[in-house]
Amino acid sequence: MTISGRLKAGLAACTGLVLMIVYVPLALVVLNSFNVSKSFAWPPSGLTLRWWNAAGHSTGARHALLVSVEVGLLATTIALVLGTMAAMALQRAHFFGRNAVSLLIILPIALPGIVTGLALNNAFTTIFGLSLGFFTIVVAHATFCIVTVFNNVQARLRRMSSSLEEASADLGARPSTTFRLVTYPLLRSALLAGGLLSFALSFDEIIVTTFTAGGHEQTLPIWIFQNLFRPNQTPVVNVVAATLIVLSAVPIWIAQRLSETDVVGAG
Amino acid sequence: MSTRPRPPGPRTGLLLLPPLLWLGVAYLGALGALFLAAFWTTNEFTGDLVRVFTLDNFRELFQGSVYRTITLRTLGVAVLVTLVDAVLALPIAFFMAKVASPRLRRLLVIAVLMPLWASYLVKAYAWRGMLSTSGPLSWLGISPGYGLTGLVITLAYLWLPYMILPVFAGMEKLPDSLLEASSDLGAPARATFRRVVLPSVFPALVAGSIFTFSLTMGDYIAVKIVGGPTQMLGNVVADNYGVANNLPFAAAYAIVPVIVMLGYLGIVRRTGALENL
Repeated sequence: MTISGRLKAGLAACTGLVLMIVYVPLALVVLNSFNVSKSFAWPPSGLTLRWWNAAGHSTGARHALLVSVEVGLLATTIALVLGTMAAMALQRAHFFGRNAVSLLIILPIALPGIVTGLALNNAFTTIFGLSLGFFTIVVAHATFCIVTVFNNVQARLRRMSSSLEEASADLGARPSTTFRLVTYPLLRSALLAGGLLSFALSFDEIIVTTFTAGGHEQTLPIWIFQNLFRPNQTPVVNVVAATLIVLSAVPIWIAQRLSETDVVGAG
Repeated sequence: MSTRPRPPGPRTGLLLLPPLLWLGVAYLGALGALFLAAFWTTNEFTGDLVRVFTLDNFRELFQGSVYRTITLRTLGVAVLVTLVDAVLALPIAFFMAKVASPRLRRLLVIAVLMPLWASYLVKAYAWRGMLSTSGPLSWLGISPGYGLTGLVITLAYLWLPYMILPVFAGMEKLPDSLLEASSDLGAPARATFRRVVLPSVFPALVAGSIFTFSLTMGDYIAVKIVGGPTQMLGNVVADNYGVANNLPFAAAYAIVPVIVMLGYLGIVRRTGALENL
């Protein structure tokens, strides 16, 4: 292909500029976690580890982190089970309403979070008479996490031929044995990718969580949001934010290790 | 190789039952109840729900100039954010797919993906730091401060990867031979872009715009963090529920983005964008 050198240079410059815009704000957060000034005055007049020390002793942040991890693990477990079931049911059979079921699975993530949050809040409190807390957060998160597992498993099943499973059945294996020995090993990396996305989605979610958490339970995003506007707390919030930025490299690293799998689209 | 279509057997039914129960009861039921609540009101004095069918909420939404302004502002911000992201995504996606070496391409994909994994809240917070009166943009003398401009910048920043990824995938599918043919036939780069590249990645752009549009329409957290006094649709819904305890009105207003998104999906279905999600 013939793309002139000037055009190439221009495109490279655009790419560099966009990447700079993407990373400068994140770098600022990390740098500010060492900024002596409590109001993050720019440029920093000096660097300190004081805020990191303070954040290490923040019980609120630590408790919220624990809640977030627990919610993420539980919601992901439910999503793995339900998402895999739905993908297997839809893949191997063609029936009326197949598209409607796909739409139903995608809906919780396709609609704005505020709609999902408000709908679930109303259903939990007025229809089911539940008090909002840990349990309702898990149910809400599982609802919008199903789609990530469903998408990954469905994509894998589409590329898989059913002849292996048929051979297993012909050789007399029961459906549960076939799943354990044939289907599951083939699905494993897709399940890992879907589970990873699901956990990340749950760990990061704030809008639906705000509507389903009630007053007592705090996930990490809710803790950050509530402390964001308190001038006293901002250095600690900033340290938590810096930690999360550094940690976001972890799933990318795992995804690279799974390189034969597609972990691209977040939808 | 393809499996022959089979009628749904008992196995399919058993597999489908739990997810359908979960989504049908917990989610569809909840949406239905919310839709119903939009036609109720609350008692002005006690704040109790009045479960009598009325169109009052919708009348207020469409006739009250405040709500009309907020709806139009939200739509405008969504359009603007989508345009900014499209303009930023096109050159970087083209560079990644058609210019960069395979090695550089892999690195760029990671560089673009990485902020997608970084927390939404942290990214909005990062822009609070960028835009603050003591932040680096003020130091350079170019900070728009907290408000509508800052909000558009922040939202465009937040949703940018959602635009780059589908557009990049669309560019990768575009055969090099088409670009060669266009330049062999004497088209300058600009004409090739306008008449070959743009039409072929248009469905991908639309796919990206579904994310940028939907996410902007429902957002109220970033608005609170960097929007200053700006009111958006999401804030009105959240405040009506959380502060004013007026579920019916919040429900009625929450239906607006759903209708907009369903209408948008209906229009773009014809472009084939939904297969690009």
